[in-house]
Amino acid sequence: MNIHEYQAKKLLAKYGVPVPRGGVAHSATGAIYQANELGGDKWIVKAQVHSGARGKAGGVKLCESPKEISQFCDKFLGNNLVTNQTGPEGKMVSSIYVEEASDILKELYFSIVLDRASQKVTLVVSTEGGMDIEQVAEEMPEKINKIRIDPSVGMQPFQARQLVFTLGLPNEAIGSASRAVMKCYRAFRDTDANLLEINPLVLTSGNKVLALDAKMSFDANALYRRPEIFEFHDKTQQDIRETNAAEHDLNYIGLDGNIGCLINGAGLAMATMDMIQHAGGEPANFLDIGGGASSERVATSIELVLSDKNVEAILINIFAGINRCDWVAQGIVDLLNKRDIDIPLVVRLSGTNVEKGQKILKDSGKKVITADTLADAAYKVVDAWKGNK
Amino acid sequence: MSIFINEKTPVLVQGITGRIGSFHTQEMIDYGTNVVAGVTPGKGGTTHLGKPVFNTVNDAVKATGAEASIIFVPPAYAADGIMEAAEGGIKYCVSITDGIPTHDMIRVKRYLFARAKPEDRMILTGPNCAGTISPGKAMLGIMPGHIYKQGNVGLIGRSGTLGYEAASQMKELGIGISTGVGIGGDPINGSSFVEILKHFEQDDETEAVLIIGEIGGPQEAEAAEYFQKHMSKPMAAYIAGLTAPPGRLMGHAGAIVSSSGESAAEKVEILEDAGVMVAPTPSDMGVTMAKLLKV
Repeated sequence: MNIHEYQAKKLLAKYGVPVPRGGVAHSATGAIYQANELGGDKWIVKAQVHSGARGKAGGVKLCESPKEISQFCDKFLGNNLVTNQTGPEGKMVSSIYVEEASDILKELYFSIVLDRASQKVTLVVSTEGGMDIEQVAEEMPEKINKIRIDPSVGMQPFQARQLVFTLGLPNEAIGSASRAVMKCYRAFRDTDANLLEINPLVLTSGNKVLALDAKMSFDANALYRRPEIFEFHDKTQQDIRETNAAEHDLNYIGLDGNIGCLINGAGLAMATMDMIQHAGGEPANFLDIGGGASSERVATSIELVLSDKNVEAILINIFAGINRCDWVAQGIVDLLNKRDIDIPLVVRLSGTNVEKGQKILKDSGKKVITADTLADAAYKVVDAWKGNK
Repeated sequence: MSIFINEKTPVLVQGITGRIGSFHTQEMIDYGTNVVAGVTPGKGGTTHLGKPVFNTVNDAVKATGAEASIIFVPPAYAADGIMEAAEGGIKYCVSITDGIPTHDMIRVKRYLFARAKPEDRMILTGPNCAGTISPGKAMLGIMPGHIYKQGNVGLIGRSGTLGYEAASQMKELGIGISTGVGIGGDPINGSSFVEILKHFEQDDETEAVLIIGEIGGPQEAEAAEYFQKHMSKPMAAYIAGLTAPPGRLMGHAGAIVSSSGESAAEKVEILEDAGVMVAPTPSDMGVTMAKLLKV
């Protein structure tokens, strides 16, 4: 689960990580009020969306008057901000973060990730702050330094110092930087985070470090024990189709094609999408209905796929292990009894109770195209889609 | 020999009295698995599905000599259950449970590595997997057993249902499986492809291996390197997710492209460069294996 920059900074500040003073607002009036509260005559105003590269998209601005702040808010609040990470639709801006401007001597990179190769929490720093870290890794790998944390004892202060000494900071800054790194680690550890990225982490003229930006992401599987993190959840940052799916506990990701898919199992779902593309179509979504799906769940899933107006054909591919083909078939028939579907529907059933499932589909007399194998199903749905256009 | 489990392996079920645990324990017994006991804290001394239930893994192992265990414990308690299995002397553990917090799994791995020398260490596969099956012998999982034919191909997959797809395609072509191992879809797995490949390389009954990977993580590249350097047996592969958009989590907690080398296209290239025969589509897993075996 991702959260907004202002939320991440609030959380980090709670752990004692130095962040610029700031306040969040949901209107131009609110933003000007926050600027007045902060005082001074220069403010950084930032559109809050779950995406990086906001600066390049114009969503971050240095403002020198209330009028400028007001203009910025009018431009962004209530509209979608499109960055190179959001996709062409962009993401809705419903809050603006106003911060005091900081004087910057040096920009650094800092992150904490779960490194899958070593299977340990890993801290990453680089002197090349502000840049995309993937690009730094490719072009100047020697400028990246990492430290892995032993999970049984956690991070030790000497490790923080080792890391900070690679950044070429003045001696006066080492203490505050090492402490900030330790505090970031504690915030990461205590909240079941899976990503904490501060880019840039800056050195100010007072030889202090400051988290100028903050991006945090959390393990969805651990939210049950982190209610304070779950409160940061912002539905407006999600595709509406995905929000609907989540309400039914379904795993859905909207894509740009025309062939709606409904599959059990994440791997099989990805493979089916690949097969559709191989057959000459494009998938409209990823949807894993999971194990043990009831007839009702199947019907709900089909409705969900149909709610995407781009869908012009549907492929249902079920390889039942815990699932049962007869339940799936019954779900399809129940839905077709309730409403007509005027686009081609291809169903491939395999595994537990497959004969029963096929019989239910056949006996229903409904217009369902059946397929025996994965390839057969993919070609049939693409052919039917082309024939129906 | 198959790997990890056979018809004699005494099996313990952790979470045997739950709804899901009960259902699959019966399925495993029906398949011929030698289930000897169950564990549910607080229900020790009772009998469930004709098997004795114990309060702790320690008690169960002492009383029955259980060597393998399967975990159906809910996600919040599953990490604890895995560590209890290791401490109780279980040698091979399958965790079916989906949704274990990643930080918990990091601790589990550290615990397993710290508490025993490699030769004494409990082998863990999963979590978030369909389990392990040695067709015709024993099933430690939730898969439909009848789609697996007994034979000589070692099967390893991150996805459960895609593993079923491969097993049934192979059966259709008359190709059987020595052992099918689900390593699970999570970012931190008990065992990686490489760790399972080591066992298949040593196994007399296994003549070739099929690995089923997907987007995200370094495991497939590590498998390619291991294959090139250390394996004498031929290997085929399929990688799911060619159409998956980068940066999006595709259902499995571990299926996300977050750095270079983690996309399906890159993994296919790495595997092919290492001499692995890669199935071009998921429908070709069976025929690719047939080609590799020249049947």
